[in-house]
Formats: sequence, structure tokens, C-alpha cells
Amino acid sequence: MEVTKIENVTRVFKIGQVETPALRGVSFSIEDGEFTALVGPSGSGKTTLLQLIGCLDQPTSGQVFVKGQDVSRLTRNQRADMRRGTIGFVFQFFALIPTLTAYENIEMPLLLDSHTHQERRERVMYLLEAVGLADRAHHRPDQLSGGEQQRVAVARALAPNPVLILADEPTANLDTANGAQVMEIMTRLNEETGVTFVFATHDPRVIKYARRVITLRDGLIVENNSAGKKG
Amino acid sequence: MIQLYKMAWRDLGRNRRRTFFSMLALAFGVALLLFMASFIAGEMRGSLQTSIKLQSGHLQVRAASYDEDKTSLAWEDLVENPDALAAQIASRSDVQVATPRLYATGIVVARDTSTGVRVMGIDPASAASAPFRDGMVGGDYLAADDRGGLLMGQTLANKLRLASGDTVRLLVNTSNGDVDQQDFVIRGIYSTGTPGYDENTIFLPLSKAQTIARAENHASAIFILLKDQDQVESVAAVLQGPAYQVKTYLELNPLLVEFEQYANAMMYVFYLIVLGITATVIVNTLIMSVFERTREIGILSAMGMRGGRIMAMFFAESSLLAVGGIVMGMVLGSLVSAYVQRYGFFVGDFGITGILVGERIYTYLTLNDIVALSIVAFIVTLLGALYPAWLAAKMEPVEALHGGK
Ligand SMILES: Nc1ncnc2c1ncn2[C@@H]1O[C@H](COP(=O)(O)OP(=O)(O)OP(=O)(O)O)[C@@H](O)[C@H]1O
Ligand SMILES: [Mg+2]
Repeated sequence: MEVTKIENVTRVFKIGQVETPALRGVSFSIEDGEFTALVGPSGSGKTTLLQLIGCLDQPTSGQVFVKGQDVSRLTRNQRADMRRGTIGFVFQFFALIPTLTAYENIEMPLLLDSHTHQERRERVMYLLEAVGLADRAHHRPDQLSGGEQQRVAVARALAPNPVLILADEPTANLDTANGAQVMEIMTRLNEETGVTFVFATHDPRVIKYARRVITLRDGLIVENNSAGKKG
Repeated sequence: MIQLYKMAWRDLGRNRRRTFFSMLALAFGVALLLFMASFIAGEMRGSLQTSIKLQSGHLQVRAASYDEDKTSLAWEDLVENPDALAAQIASRSDVQVATPRLYATGIVVARDTSTGVRVMGIDPASAASAPFRDGMVGGDYLAADDRGGLLMGQTLANKLRLASGDTVRLLVNTSNGDVDQQDFVIRGIYSTGTPGYDENTIFLPLSKAQTIARAENHASAIFILLKDQDQVESVAAVLQGPAYQVKTYLELNPLLVEFEQYANAMMYVFYLIVLGITATVIVNTLIMSVFERTREIGILSAMGMRGGRIMAMFFAESSLLAVGGIVMGMVLGSLVSAYVQRYGFFVGDFGITGILVGERIYTYLTLNDIVALSIVAFIVTLLGALYPAWLAAKMEPVEALHGGK
């Protein structure tokens, strides 16, 4: 079953008179349970592509499908509804709400849908456990290390049981050890829960975790293979 | 919902000083308005009580044809045998005092200046005359059988540079349309603390006033004070008879009643002006807060939070600011009002034609004003939050995520 499918997608950014084609006709699909890296040099369009798949942005032309639904021409609220509970994000910066504790950050997406207090509690505790931060539940982001913050972000992305997690250079701001830890947690969660991961990176140490690698250059796919590490 | 408030609360806590000063701005506005409202309420109440005490009473019984505006002295416009009627009314258990009074117009001539006055014939011994007797500041009070003395208000005496013991000429319009005149000794000087009243009211004993105005055994009105002001309508109904008109203090002070309505309407205009200003402070705080939290808004949006909910978050924040500011303002305003309610606020001779204003105004805080002001302040503050909340809600998640990177 396809989690997402991209057909002939272009995305042109326009600033004044200057047009920057970030994607110039990209097609591929991602199956349920994949653990796929999006690689390519800086400016090749990785972030742009993740934003399109994640319904944060809309293509200039072409179509984006998520769970079989065309999401290329949705209103803002429809896109928000599409994301909610379906797509999780992990960003390069540790995107936590600074006023909320680790526990509350992970709980946040659950509050956007109807879950009982009990359900939320169990889910958050399970995820804290899964990312090895059960003892940090009531720490604020500024009381956590970068690696810990990013693990909280991964847990939060997973909280509402999404089908797809999009991670944009999740290890770029981490040292090798912490980066490896985050990647290992993501790999394990992918294997245990079957949730699909797509992550952008240009770090070879991260690429090696991927089972499939899609390479972009100048807004085009130049390589699309499953030659990476086998699951 | 609770989560929204939890987040809003913590966000306010992030920048405590800014939060405090935003609340303080609202608090000052609210305190100022509360004080103004209590000042107006106090002044209105004070003016009404002063008027009741000095001039209108709670009720007046007059001849059916009496026209107040003309200060008519024609016998058919007056109450005949007023002492008997007053005694009869005074015997009622709900009446505190009832006394006949005669109103005439006249002119005081002293040396080479003259000034128009209202001549009031009173029963000096009546309890209703207590404000004048207690307000004596010089000379002696009137005796009922005094035929050659009058009481003059302090404001007028000062203006004419007269003192007790001096002699003035008094010209009085009479019931047959003539003018009679006589020299009087200023027996004493009184002050009611209401300069506008003291400046133009001259007292004579009722019988002397009747004689000079050619209105023997007649009075313009029976002046009545009740034990309980709230019973005025029921007592008025009982006293009503074919030969008489019975006027309540509300009918006798139409200007005051009208002015109060006008002042209350004006207060709402002031509410909007002052709160509009304080709201800009809060709007400013919220706008800063929106821009500082651009990225957070992006994160929440990426999670699938709809624009409406993001707006609600900022409304939650501004409602907390509003509640904090309003509570602070109420405390501050109530303290100031309570102080002035007790000790008064000196305004001097601050006259509004037709309304008796004392030299000191005492504020009067009503629950009504407190509730109305709180509601208006809350609504105005939330309306102010509309713009920042909308700014936050319309942010594109992609741009918001880039923001503050
Ligand atoms: N919001 C934007 N406005 C204008 N141009 C943009 C915008 N976002 C991206 N671009 C341009 O689109 C192209 C692709 O950018 P994108 O961020 O997708 O690259 P990337 O592969 O993620 O690069 P990096 O590895 O540096 O993150 C770049 O030339 C970039 O300058
Ligand atoms: Mg990028």
C-alpha cells in the first residue's frame, strides 16, 4: 500500500521577478513501512519535497497523494486536518514548545484529537520509555540536551500513531553519538511499529541507516534505489 | 481547552515583566474609569440628596394649579391653611417631617449693588430647617416671630461684602403683582456647603414672608421628608387629592435625573476611549508575542492545529491578561474610590445651573458600575486580541517554521 505518491511535481519559488525552480518534475512513491533517505547537495530540493509530502506546502504543478488522496489543492484547514494524526514531523532544529515539559510536548498532538486522559498518559509514557527518556518526563526543553530534545521530538511525531514521519536533517545539529542514537531509535520504531520514515540528510553516517535512498540534484531525481542497508 | 490556558499561562510567565506592565496598563485604565464612574455616581447621589434636603424634599404637596416655573403667588395657586395640612401629613407614621414653605422672587439691594434672589419663607423651628440652623456661620438664627430679620447665604454675603448685623433692602414680588420692599437686618449668615444654593436663597420666617408677599395663611408647598425614601411612590399616592398636586423628588429634580442618564451614557464613551488606549498596549504585547513565537506556531500548525485553534490560544492569553488587569484595576480603583467615598474630593464652587453641587464630592461605588466596567474591559481587550490572533492564524506553516531559525 502506498503511503504517498508524487507525480510530476514541480515547485517554483517566486521572489519578486526571480523564479527559483526548487523541484522540476519529480515522481516516485513510498510504500508503507519504508525507511527512506532523501539525499542530495544543499539546495537540491530535499526540504521542499518533504514539505510537499507533508502537506505543509503545495506544488506549482503535478500531484501529491497521501494515503491515496490528492492533497495538491487543499485549503489550509484541509491540509491541517490531513496532517493531524497522519503525518509526524521531526525538524533539524529541536522543535519543541519551550514552555511545555517533555511529557506535555509529546502529549500535545494527542490533545488535538479526542483521546481520554488515560489513553494519552499511556501513550506518552510508552513513547518516553521507547526513546529512553522516562526519567526526563517533567523536564522543560531547556533542561534537556540536544540529543534528548530530538528524541522527545521523535516521540512527539509518533504520538498520534501517524502513518508517515518526515524528518528533515534530524541529526544535523547533533554530535555523532547522539545522531547515531536518534537514528537507531528511529530504525527500531520503524521496525517495531511499521510506521514509514522519510528523512532528508547529506550525512553519509545517516544515509547508511536507510533501506532506500532517493538522490536529488537540482530539483530532479538522479538516483532512486533500494541499495541501502537491508532491514 | 484547559491545555490552551495552561500554555497561555506559561507563555505569559515567559516574559513576566512585560506581562505585568501590560496588565498594569489595563489596570490603570480600569482604575481610572472605576473612579470616574464612582465619582459621577457619587456626585449624582450627593446632588440628589442635597436637593432633597435643601429644596425639593421627598415630596411636595402643592395646589393643583401651582406652576413652579412662574413662582406664582396668586392665592388660587397656593395651598390654603398650610399649617393644618402640614400637621395632618406630619402625623403619618411614614413621614419624618412636613412643613409649609412659601417661595417668592425678590431683589436684594445693598449699597449700590442689587442682585436677584429667591425668598423662601420657612418655619425656623421645623426639623426640615435643620440644614440652615446647623449651617449658621455668623450671627443668629431666625426666630419665628422675627419681623425685621433675614438669613443670607455665605456666598451671597461674601459677594456683596455683607456681614450679620448689616442692613439690606429686600424687594419682593407680591401676590397681586406689585413689588413690596422693606429694610431687613441680616440676622445671620448660613452655609449649606452648596455654593450655588447659598448664593441666591434668602430665608424669612414663614409668617413674615406671607405678609410681605401678600399671601397670608398660604404656602407654595408642603415640604415633606419621609423616613424611607423608597416609599415615596406609595405615600404620594395616598396624599393625592383633587385640590393638590403631589410631586416626588424624581419629578422635582428632572434635570438631575436627565443629567444622570446623560452622564451614564457619557461614561460608556469614556470606557471605550480609555479601554481602547489600554487595549493597544495589550495588542502590542500580543503582537510581539506572536512574532517571537512564529516558529512555535509553525510547529503547532505542522502538527495539524487549525487556524481557529491557534487564534484561540492567543485569545486565551489575552483573556488571562484581561482578567489580571481587570482584577488589579478593580482593587486599585476601589481603594481610591473608597478613600474618596470617605474623605471627599474638594471641588469648590463648581456649579452646574439647576443642579446643586457640594463643595466636596464623595464617590459612590456601585456594583452595577463594577460589573459593567469589568464586562466592557474584558470584551474590548478580547476584541483587541483579534488582530494578533489573526496574524498568528494566517501564518503559513512553512514560513513559520523558517521564522526565527
Ligand atoms: N521559501 C523559499 N523561497 C524561495 N526560495 C526557496 C524557498 N525555499 C527553498 N527555496 C529554494 O529552493 C531550492 C531548494 O531548496 P531546499 O530547501 O528544498 O533545498 P535542500 O535540498 O533542503 O537544501 P539543504 O540541504 O541546504 O537544506 C533552493 O535553491 C532554495 O534557495
Ligand atoms: Mg533542507
